[in-house]
Amino acid sequence: MTTEETILTKISEPVFNHANGRLLMPEERYWPSRKWKSPWSLPAYRSGAALLAGILSGAVLAAWLIGEIPLRLAPLYSLAEQYALSYGVPLFLFHLAWTVIKAALLLAVPLVNALFAVWWERKVSAHIQSRLGPMYVGRFQGCLQTVADGLKLFLKEDIVPDCADKLVHLLAPVVVVIPAILVFAPVPFGRELIYADLDIGTVYVFAVGGVSVMGIIMAGWASGNKFSLLGGLRSAAQLVSYELPRTFAVIPIIMLAGTLNISAIAGLQAGYWGGILPRWFIFYPVVGQVAFIVFLIASVAETNRVPFDIPEAESELVAGFNTEYSGMKFALFFLSEFAYVLLSCLLMAAFFFGGGEPPLPFLGFLPSWAWFLAKTLTLMFCFLWFRWTFPRFRVDRLMDFNWKFLLPVSLLNIAAAGLLIWLIS
Amino acid sequence: MTDKTSAALKADQMFINFGPQHPSTHGVLRIALTVEGEVVVKAAPDVGYLHRGMEKLFEARTYSQALILTDRLDYISAMHNNLAYCLAVERLAGVQVPLRAEYLRVLTAELNRIASHLVFFGTFAVDMGAFTPFLYAFREREMILDLFEMLCGGRLLYSYVRVGGVSADLPAGWTEKCREFIAFFKPRLKDYDTLLSTNPIFKSRTDGVGLISAAQALSWGLSGPNLRASGPDYDVRKAEPYCVYDKLNFKVPVARTGSCWDRYYCRMLEMGQSAEIALQCLDALAAPELAPEIMTKGVPKMLKPAAGQAYAHVEASRGDLGFYAVSDGSLSPYRMHVRGPSFLNVAILQEILTGCKIADVVAILGSLDIVLGEVDR
Repeated sequence: MTTEETILTKISEPVFNHANGRLLMPEERYWPSRKWKSPWSLPAYRSGAALLAGILSGAVLAAWLIGEIPLRLAPLYSLAEQYALSYGVPLFLFHLAWTVIKAALLLAVPLVNALFAVWWERKVSAHIQSRLGPMYVGRFQGCLQTVADGLKLFLKEDIVPDCADKLVHLLAPVVVVIPAILVFAPVPFGRELIYADLDIGTVYVFAVGGVSVMGIIMAGWASGNKFSLLGGLRSAAQLVSYELPRTFAVIPIIMLAGTLNISAIAGLQAGYWGGILPRWFIFYPVVGQVAFIVFLIASVAETNRVPFDIPEAESELVAGFNTEYSGMKFALFFLSEFAYVLLSCLLMAAFFFGGGEPPLPFLGFLPSWAWFLAKTLTLMFCFLWFRWTFPRFRVDRLMDFNWKFLLPVSLLNIAAAGLLIWLIS
Repeated sequence: MTDKTSAALKADQMFINFGPQHPSTHGVLRIALTVEGEVVVKAAPDVGYLHRGMEKLFEARTYSQALILTDRLDYISAMHNNLAYCLAVERLAGVQVPLRAEYLRVLTAELNRIASHLVFFGTFAVDMGAFTPFLYAFREREMILDLFEMLCGGRLLYSYVRVGGVSADLPAGWTEKCREFIAFFKPRLKDYDTLLSTNPIFKSRTDGVGLISAAQALSWGLSGPNLRASGPDYDVRKAEPYCVYDKLNFKVPVARTGSCWDRYYCRMLEMGQSAEIALQCLDALAAPELAPEIMTKGVPKMLKPAAGQAYAHVEASRGDLGFYAVSDGSLSPYRMHVRGPSFLNVAILQEILTGCKIADVVAILGSLDIVLGEVDR
């Protein structure tokens, strides 16, 4: 067939040719009715699945090769110590430098998390909504999209409204983001992979995390915008209310574990009942499940995410408390939101899913941080999944739900935990 | 609580401009809200930001030129506007329309109703904070727009229905494509129900919210799904059948309480009925005994109806859309009045918004499904 003939057949091919209408080639437009017959028959679907399987097995292999991070770091630490001492560096200076390095690594956690989580959220939302999401920046699935977005936000003009309270407007994002970074100090990322092994870790996390509410109220007040003010007030009411069931949901865990130390709580869940069912707190009859559900719901509310995103309800309050924020200040609010999502997932993994303990005995070959990460990411997926599935609560129903349902349930759960401890002993 | 403390706790009222720049006013509508905390004390819808002097513009154009103006009234369902205008002008000029064109008009009108209700479904879900249904709705709507593009070249403003008939017959392959769409679309309605309609959060946001009684609905002149959600079973397609609606078999969904959820679900059910009507039209169009004419012979481009007046109305996606044409025997209408359902639907806001929460303002406004192009004309 000559080229001319090909062109001719191509022109005569489209069936929808009409004097008045435009051509519509069958493959020209996205008609899902054609493409949805069996996704596995599509080569793109199969290659995508193969790619995903490859990435997963690569990650498992890498985790297996790396092993426990503290074990790897211990010789490095002693080597560095000897090296420093041989050059006559005072020991306290060396310890200081080591602490600074650790702190810098801790600071990187919320930053890297935001970079990853924003991209992941966009991909998850896209696939839930039958779209592709970011595809271009960074070649592979738009993996550098968040970097590009961050750069854009960094270069953007910082607009402060005329009627804003300038100082408070400037301070609000700082007040929001600093606790969001500090709060990670006593949170374990694996067995002995922790910045500060605080004995009052649980109390510290809830206390420091609560400070961010101040920043949100400040942002709402200082913007000089009625929608911002409404958003700030809503968040004050919501976040303060949901702190209660969230904290009460953890009390049964503390009662059963007998400690406030988060890594100790995670460590106590090692071992298996009957050699198969892990001794995770979620598997404690009734008490564990109820505590988890209450904690999950309250955590979603605490992080201002759908279905509890009323402080920034777009269709009602434009953008709520961050309506008047742009550039880096807006990015800081975003950063702290995702930092708190990560924190909630880490806490849930530590409190309810045994932290770094493998779900089945024979899976112990993977290091604890890999299990921690896997559990955290799975829980994080739930957060994203909720966001793109549910509508938003109304503000008064939200309060009713908290005070009339979650709080009584969590209180009853504490009583049930007492009963359980009495039965066990 | 004593009177003294309640007086001390009484908050100052705050005035909020809800729109014209707001994500969920569906266009340039402004509602002047006076709120006490989260509760609305007073609401006054303010329209006119999109006013283009449409009814005056009709008077400066010939009858065939004026057709393109009608597209721009309710731009989400332009087919209905074309249809209502053409029915009025045909009645004025005494033009008969071939049967095939009548079926084509009903077919495109019903497809456009589905497209329009899909926009409602998507935007209402966004108003309720759920973004995913919006993209599902637009995925299906895209297929209808593709069908319309094949048929008449336009994706939003069609000018497909003309005085005396329609502009084009179905192109080859269109019928199969349309059947394919309907077969794809019907199961999607069940998906929407599981995704949104039966969601407890969605129901708590909409069920029992923004109640409009039947008496209220009638006295404010509501029409379409907004009226039928309150109880009165009035549909122009049944009450005064135009085109070939009397030959078609379909039901008109009616609800009782007049809540936001009822208005929402009436539209969801209507989409299924519209799909049924479209299938019946496709069957009728495929019949070999149907004459192939789609345009009445001898209707002049420069139509010059005798002096007189005519009124025609259709059941558009948003309600009872009417055109009142007055001719003085010249080339252009002496007066053209449009009875836009959205304009009447938006008026009831001032009564039902009082006493509800700010979040309900969005729900009620979304459930009324107004298009500002038609409100302001």
